Amino acid sequence: MRAQPPSAAQAGLVSCRDCGLLSRAASPQAPGYCPRCGSQLHLRHPNSIQHTWALVIAAAICFIPANALPVMVSNALGSSTPDTILSGVNYLYESGSWPLALIVLVASFMIPLGKLMALGWLLIAVQRGARGGESQRMRLHRLVHLVGPWSMLDVFVATFTVALVQLNPLMSVVPGPGVLFFATVVVLTMLAAETLDPRLLWDRNGVDSHRA
Amino acid sequence: MASSQSPGPNDEAIACPGCDLVQRLPPIPPGGRARCMRCGEVLASRSRDPFDRPLALALAAAIMLVVANTTPLMSLSAVGRHADTTILGGALMMWTQGQPLTATLVAFCTAIAPAVYLTLMCTVLIAVRRPPAPAWAGELLRLAEHSHVWSLPEVMLLGILVALVKIADLATVEAGIGLYATGALLVLLASLAASFDPRAIWGRILWAAQWMPRGSPGSDAKAGNGTSAQ
Repeated sequence: MRAQPPSAAQAGLVSCRDCGLLSRAASPQAPGYCPRCGSQLHLRHPNSIQHTWALVIAAAICFIPANALPVMVSNALGSSTPDTILSGVNYLYESGSWPLALIVLVASFMIPLGKLMALGWLLIAVQRGARGGESQRMRLHRLVHLVGPWSMLDVFVATFTVALVQLNPLMSVVPGPGVLFFATVVVLTMLAAETLDPRLLWDRNGVDSHRA
Repeated sequence: MASSQSPGPNDEAIACPGCDLVQRLPPIPPGGRARCMRCGEVLASRSRDPFDRPLALALAAAIMLVVANTTPLMSLSAVGRHADTTILGGALMMWTQGQPLTATLVAFCTAIAPAVYLTLMCTVLIAVRRPPAPAWAGELLRLAEHSHVWSLPEVMLLGILVALVKIADLATVEAGIGLYATGALLVLLASLAASFDPRAIWGRILWAAQWMPRGSPGSDAKAGNGTSAQ
């Protein structure tokens, strides 16, 4: 087994999350404040694993009504058609714009689902102290960060469709209850990606003080 | 304590924000960036012009944000009726149609967060023109980075395009000035992010430890004071 180079936490150092300054921690339990920008220092985000699990589980629960309930309801001449995210994708596909159908399918369904699975897997890897493959897990963490905001796409599609199609009584579109659950999923997974400290992916058991 | 303005050798040691590996920053050529030797995270970048160019871009982006928010994004005509919408008008319609929380989120991600981000960036970039900048510039920079996470105009633009295509089957839709202004805003925001060099900015901001005694545990402030890594 190759030796791990020392992390700042092992050397008694702590880097400021806001300004990046590396300073000596007052003590491992309470590292104190950054001398440059004055923000509170933490060796690792406090309770990173618990907070991330809570957010991931809450998002997973909201993911069900987000897909089961309609995000938009179209009313045209007395008849109303509810549209869920997936039926919206189907509508785009059948109306001939398959590239857009693909974009919406990826952004609204595959990215949120993939993010939940990726975060769960990263959390399990950290908790089991998995060794090897840190670089791949780091890449996954970065990918989760990068693509996360794009799943907000369907919320914006619904908003601007609703805003524009208000030609009562001929034709109108109103938002459905699913859009709020969907927005909640996106916000919770974005927060979860923020609270998961990537440095935990590199820590070895017993060396660092974050698990207390 | 001379370290508040001239980045001395002390400032060259850094811990990777991604994996916490302690390493020494190599000299970075202008326009270059340094990556972590273990996990590949970008550790630092050096802008060719860290003060004037970002300020010009931030001011231009702020103006473009006002244009994007005050002109119609798109308009629709069907059977002799005409309707158009702005960014906040979209959020407002969502509110009146029974989704106040979603409406607030949309307004926050498309108008409020970008406006807060650009206002703070302009303030910070003006404040650091005469070093040393007071410590509140650092507070504002921190807030700016938090608001940046929630500023999603690029996702909004794609959302509008998808909505346009969806509605195009039902009625005639036309892109408005606001849509083009949003496109220009994205270009300006991307160049702002590329030319922004937080290390150069922090180098011109007074240190909190010498500027104001921390209200909370005094020992903590003292412990941090002047003990940055060698």
